Amino acid sequence: MEQALHYLNVGAAMFLLIGMALLLGRLLSGPTLYDRILAVNSFGTKTVLFLCVFSLIIGRQDGIDIAILYALMNFIATIAVLKFFRYSALDVSMNYSSRGDLSKTVVGKAEMSGEDT
Amino acid sequence: MDGGVLHMLQFVISALLLAGGVFFVIAGTVGVLRFPDFYTRMHAAGMTDTLGAELVLLGLIVQAGFSQTSLKLALIAFLLFLTSPTAAHAVVGAAHNAGLKPMLGKYRAPALGEAPEVKSEVKPKPKSKSKPKPRTKKKAT
Repeated sequence: MEQALHYLNVGAAMFLLIGMALLLGRLLSGPTLYDRILAVNSFGTKTVLFLCVFSLIIGRQDGIDIAILYALMNFIATIAVLKFFRYSALDVSMNYSSRGDLSKTVVGKAEMSGEDT
Repeated sequence: MDGGVLHMLQFVISALLLAGGVFFVIAGTVGVLRFPDFYTRMHAAGMTDTLGAELVLLGLIVQAGFSQTSLKLALIAFLLFLTSPTAAHAVVGAAHNAGLKPMLGKYRAPALGEAPEVKSEVKPKPKSKSKPKPRTKKKAT
């Protein structure tokens, strides 16, 4: 029965790897920036799952700690990249009043819509 | 014999959960690849990532039994359950804030070997329209 569980985990890991490899296509050919961010975020989630399955395959629990770290880092990295591409800086104050009117501070609005040009 | 039945039950439950999770993961990946628009891709990725991750982690918890490993796996499942929809919401909110337009109207998905239709991005259009015009004018004069 241990052998059957082993083969089950190996199959799940292979399918997760296939999913990750397919996501790289969207990551490389995403038309917009947000497609790429979405692909990286989804890739990170699948990496966490693969680390969990892999650490059960090899029978060591170290990979699960790395997976916890990776899940947290993935979320923070996504938010940081989104913030960077909106404000063109990372040290923007999160205080609402110090940024002034939020509707005027949107960066890249003309670039993204593109229809008026 | 009792232990054998329990092991068999553990294997069956774990296999069902893992198969379901892998199915959702692959379906979300195919959706991200094939859908025409950013917002539809986000819909495919955001839903399936959460459910697929939870199912795979539940399957692994069933395999691990009562141990420190399953506690850590449950912690990962809890974190992903919180952060995955939040990240999806943030990405969509940022795209909407930046003025990315959703693709409206009818859409027919191209066949697998066929070249995709005009992409939802509006950037290249004005360039391709504005560039040929001066060339033709120069040739005409």
